[in-house]
Amino acid sequence: MKILTAPHMERCIGCHSCSLACARLVHKRLSWETAGIRIHSTGGLSTGFSAKRCLACDPAPCAAACPTGALAQRKGGGIIFKKKLCIQCGQCVPVCPVEAIMQDRDGWIYVCIHCGQCVDFCPHDCLEMRDPESVELGEVIA
Amino acid sequence: MNRPYFRVLEVDLSTGKSKLHRIDGRAEAIGGSGLAALLFERFGRVDLGWNEEEQPFILAIGPLTGAFPWMSKTVAAFKSPYHDQYTESHAGGRSALALKFADLDGLVITGRAGRLSSLEIGSRSIVIKDVSFMKGMDAYASGKLLRRMSRGGSGHRSILRIGPSGEIGSAMACINADTYRHFGRLGGGAVLGNKNLKGIIIQGDGSFELPDNSEYKKLFARVYEQVTATRMMHKYHSLGTPANLQALDDIKSLPWRNLQQTSDPEGIKGINGQRFADDALLRNGACSGCPVGCIHIGYVREKFSEDNRYIYRQVAYDYEPVFSCGTMLGVTETFDVLNILDVMEKVSLDSMSGGVALAWATEASARGLISEKETIVKLAFGEAEGYRQAARYLGTGANTFYRLLGQGTLKAAEEYGGAEFGCVLGQEMAGYATGELFFAAQSLGFRHSHLDTGGYSYDQKHEEKDVDKAVDFLMADEPGRCLLTSMVSCLFARSVYTEEVLGECLHALGYGEVTDKLAAAGERIRARRWRLRFATGFKPEDIVLPKRFYKVTTWKGPVDGDYLDGLRREYGRRLTELVKEGVDSET
Repeated sequence: MKILTAPHMERCIGCHSCSLACARLVHKRLSWETAGIRIHSTGGLSTGFSAKRCLACDPAPCAAACPTGALAQRKGGGIIFKKKLCIQCGQCVPVCPVEAIMQDRDGWIYVCIHCGQCVDFCPHDCLEMRDPESVELGEVIA
Repeated sequence: MNRPYFRVLEVDLSTGKSKLHRIDGRAEAIGGSGLAALLFERFGRVDLGWNEEEQPFILAIGPLTGAFPWMSKTVAAFKSPYHDQYTESHAGGRSALALKFADLDGLVITGRAGRLSSLEIGSRSIVIKDVSFMKGMDAYASGKLLRRMSRGGSGHRSILRIGPSGEIGSAMACINADTYRHFGRLGGGAVLGNKNLKGIIIQGDGSFELPDNSEYKKLFARVYEQVTATRMMHKYHSLGTPANLQALDDIKSLPWRNLQQTSDPEGIKGINGQRFADDALLRNGACSGCPVGCIHIGYVREKFSEDNRYIYRQVAYDYEPVFSCGTMLGVTETFDVLNILDVMEKVSLDSMSGGVALAWATEASARGLISEKETIVKLAFGEAEGYRQAARYLGTGANTFYRLLGQGTLKAAEEYGGAEFGCVLGQEMAGYATGELFFAAQSLGFRHSHLDTGGYSYDQKHEEKDVDKAVDFLMADEPGRCLLTSMVSCLFARSVYTEEVLGECLHALGYGEVTDKLAAAGERIRARRWRLRFATGFKPEDIVLPKRFYKVTTWKGPVDGDYLDGLRREYGRRLTELVKEGVDSET
């Protein structure tokens, strides 16, 4: 299964179109925060942007930490999220090494499910859906 | 998310207390420009000066903010230090989406802090901090420090701040919005300075449920496709607004050297849009929620040691700043222009006003009206280093002359002479010497902005001199723009967001009541804000047009003074009538 990669983040202009698309299309929300991909400036606007998102761990520590099976290992990396099993405990949040899981005030979590719906909304083609096997050594996908 | 009322936070800096208001009137005022006028009516005083403690500083967004592409601007409203009348100033950056996600339609700041302070707000927080240690700090350093002091939210917060020019009360002081955008004109920076408010941090830390229908998603995709696929996108995306520099020079409509020329075919080669892109463009940026990314960021570097040690800074450039700090000053090298803009940014001056004021000072120097006793440094067209220093003197109010010049070119001319060549159209001119209608339109326009109406565009398409037809155009053009600035859209998007599309967008989000009244809303909002402008002292007949504008030669030939005067008389009469009609219909 393909994973979301961000090989061209140096092109990012900080428009947040990807985050807004994820919130809108995946989570039915208007937000730049309750989304599986979130854009942050790295030390102010003058030093560029980074995309906070799931890097498709395999095995995924968040899935291991989830007590209910709401987060399950996804083939190819990352997780499958079953919202109806989630009890909003938040145990997945601190175990993610790259802070990719966002928990809102009500306890709901937002994490990339590698669906790729954000990709088409990036005006600078920073994002790509890739087969993990196709990522070459030394290639930057984060 | 969609509510039939406005959720507005009022912060009183005098007491440190805040209050949330639920204010009715969504269908009539919509948001943005309309909401700002509504809030000024409620919180402002038309009879008191701009610097009275109780006068509000207002930020307002609209119902479409963040929900559709290009809906990314914030309207600031205040009584202006420049003319002591009601005005608006608009900025992109992140503030619009940050306010949206802070769950606010508007922010009203009243009172005056006892000491220099910062204000941080979010959907669940309001914090006022003493930042006395930031006194006199430039806008770059202020931004960095405020970022460090603010808790989290990187990328999802907006940081507005002023530099020294705002602290000293310059009527040309801007508010820096997220480093590369500005609430530029008519002295918003001095309004914050007068309130002892160095910075405003807006944390966009909330989130909203969207309507559970497919209409919104489909419409978003359609609008997004239009925004990103059209030639218009290409224009702002590629060279950006500086693409117009060559185009305006080619048709003898670009002000040069204090508007002594309208074209310089050799000079423009050094600072046209292509040259900037080739030489100095470092990268692009975007306002939050806008995929176009029209922000063009260049760089300057500075050798600080003989051992080849350098520092560099990033400086945004656009058509208008390149006009004001380039062509208007006769500066024809990209890096020279960026170096002047770099200083303007640090002192947080509106670079348009600052450049035009320095152009006047240059000509006044050449004519012997002022000397280095006043200007401290030699000012001569084309000599960039002098302008770099002068920008600092102007922004910091280095002496009586610069403090007076900071109140407006014509204020300085009253003292030193030279009013006839002050390039002032209500405020320091925008970069369009397109002809009579633009001069009339900016000088009498609501914000004295080239974006109030499309006069500059009309000039380029019409050679006939028909006063009624031209003023009809201005009167018909303004309400549509009021509608857009109430949503709040970037005005670059005006060809995408027709009234019909705006109606669809509002409907998709559940603002049916606004949609139903949309046709009349632009007219109503236009009248509402003009009423405030007149009530705070605006009289069309008081606006003086310096003689320089009568001596301009454009692509159409020499300006026709009679036509220009006819346009100004008729436009002024129509605006007066508009306000009178509104008052009559309400009594």
